[in-house]
Amino acid sequence: MQAPSSAETAAGELATRAQRYRMMRLSRRFEETVEEQKNEGLVPGPLHLSIGQEAVAVGGCCHLRVTDAVLSTHRGHHHCLAKGAAPDRLMAELLGRKDGYSRGRGGSMHVSVPAIGLLGTNGIVGAGLPIATGAAFGQQVKGTDDVTVCFFGEGAATTGAFGEAINIAALWKLPLVFVCENNQAVEMTPTDVHVAGDLHRRGEAFGIPGVRIDGNDLDAVADTMQTAIARARAGDGPTMVEAVTFRWFGHFSGDRAAWRLEEEVERGRAGDPVARTRSKLDPDEADALDAEVEQVIAAALAFAQRSPEADVASLTLDHYASA
Amino acid sequence: MSTETETRTRDLKFWQGVNQALVEEMDRDESVVLVGEDVGRPGGPYGVTRGLLERFGDRRVRDTPISEAVLVGLGVGAGGVGLRPIVEIMFFDFAMIAMDQIVNQAAKFRYFSGESLPLTIRTMVGAGGPNGAQHSQNQEAWYCAVPGLKVVMPSNARDAKGLLKSSIRDDDPVLFIETLGLLTHRHPVPVEEEFLLPLGVAEVRRPGTDVTVVAIGRQVGRSVEAAQTLQDEHGISAEVIDPRTLSPLDTDTILESIRRTGRLVVAQEAVSPCSFAAEVCALAAEHCLRELKAPPVRVTSPFINVPTPVPLAEARAPGADDVVAAVRTVMGEG
Repeated sequence: MQAPSSAETAAGELATRAQRYRMMRLSRRFEETVEEQKNEGLVPGPLHLSIGQEAVAVGGCCHLRVTDAVLSTHRGHHHCLAKGAAPDRLMAELLGRKDGYSRGRGGSMHVSVPAIGLLGTNGIVGAGLPIATGAAFGQQVKGTDDVTVCFFGEGAATTGAFGEAINIAALWKLPLVFVCENNQAVEMTPTDVHVAGDLHRRGEAFGIPGVRIDGNDLDAVADTMQTAIARARAGDGPTMVEAVTFRWFGHFSGDRAAWRLEEEVERGRAGDPVARTRSKLDPDEADALDAEVEQVIAAALAFAQRSPEADVASLTLDHYASA
Repeated sequence: MSTETETRTRDLKFWQGVNQALVEEMDRDESVVLVGEDVGRPGGPYGVTRGLLERFGDRRVRDTPISEAVLVGLGVGAGGVGLRPIVEIMFFDFAMIAMDQIVNQAAKFRYFSGESLPLTIRTMVGAGGPNGAQHSQNQEAWYCAVPGLKVVMPSNARDAKGLLKSSIRDDDPVLFIETLGLLTHRHPVPVEEEFLLPLGVAEVRRPGTDVTVVAIGRQVGRSVEAAQTLQDEHGISAEVIDPRTLSPLDTDTILESIRRTGRLVVAQEAVSPCSFAAEVCALAAEHCLRELKAPPVRVTSPFINVPTPVPLAEARAPGADDVVAAVRTVMGEG
């Protein structure tokens, strides 16, 4: 294995707005770059882009430590990066290369890096919710003040596991923050076709406080998460955060999203969280950050391209401890 | 007085073997926790976990809501942050509700992350009980088809204890299947604390030379009983093998026996299609066809649902007499 050019990000590296902007920009450029690779036929698996949703991931993770846990989704590159995944190893995974987090065998929906508290993107919608309760339960048993943040989409809120998870999280006062990333589309269908009621109020009857926020406003997400995470660390139990954002592209790379109106997309993109955050920075500082991000992305892509393609020799690895 | 080389044993019921394994492993390792429906004060519907809440407290012994998906998720997540969880699914049939967490999440944890998930999922198949078609299904073969998962099915108190302790210490997800109809059966169990039985190793319950009988769960005892009858009444020497771990399967022990005897009977409680017995017969066909002197026979339940009244359920389940008949068939006496 080659030495990664970028390391996993240490916790606390998202302390300032500039650092958070940098991560959002990194996430955006990372996905744009992967999408280009996909269009050239160089990504050997499905790709679900989170472009437009960067503020939710970065605001959702900026108050976390490396020992805190995050559960991501099938659309989770932004969560992975914000929780500290190394861009080059993540890129290598998506490009099906040996140096990827799962030796290039897993791809976008199967990235799991427990060492940095990243307990997985997931190919099963809603499956992170039960695992999040387990991570938070484990943290509670260990007696640390670590917490778990569970990102899930509004589509996952219609699964049975959601009801099971919020009940037990409230019942046991688990150190858990539910972040419903409402990107206004469930797979290839507008949310209102699938989802009844107010998502942020789903926990009310369980005693879980809920709040709906502008998920494209980085500062709003970060502030809300700071409160929710502090509450969880203090042992006061879970919070339900509904962060309303907008998914710029279709369900998967290749879905041209003809199922929604062009003007809806234009309206949604107008709330671009990366541009909004950038506008709050000194322009020169922002330019410098952008330039640095380009270097990181170029290095990540070069790393992935240098890495050998995943080979059949790796297929039998990592099934059992002894093999 | 026992000599120094002799192992001291005590007769225990199956459930006591399980209970002792839980107590010892929780005493030994702070990171072992137990979660499940009614595992606390009631000690489960049949008392298998009695006394654990009192001994270890509700931090480590957690009674959960009826939420099977989250229940297994508790194990996956807690295992993911460094604990060594034991999850109890009250009846095996309920595992279907948690199938995603078992198959898509737990079993693939290492494949995706390269890290261990030291999770034990204990469950109980209702075979031998009065609980009917949704509480008595032997689905062990379903889980043997999942890479990344281990499947253990003990047939007596000794194995239940030694294999459960090993399952808890194992760094892979293990599905540990207890059997309702065996819970009160007694068996000598070594007294020492470090009594561990290795996973993936079959045990020859009774040596023999004429026919190999591979049996699991309740059928192990019945097959041993059948072997005695075959010896006494028909002069047939049957070797009874209890795989104990169904996945990974100790194929060496099984195939060596089949090659030696040239005859195979497989006894299980589950229905026949795509079952554990089907797998053993396929292995025999692949590896020992030339040594086989007769077609193998599967002794299974018929392809029908489990009735609730015990006499009817027992009429459906294979008995020692069915094993005797099957052996006589492969011996050409049927």
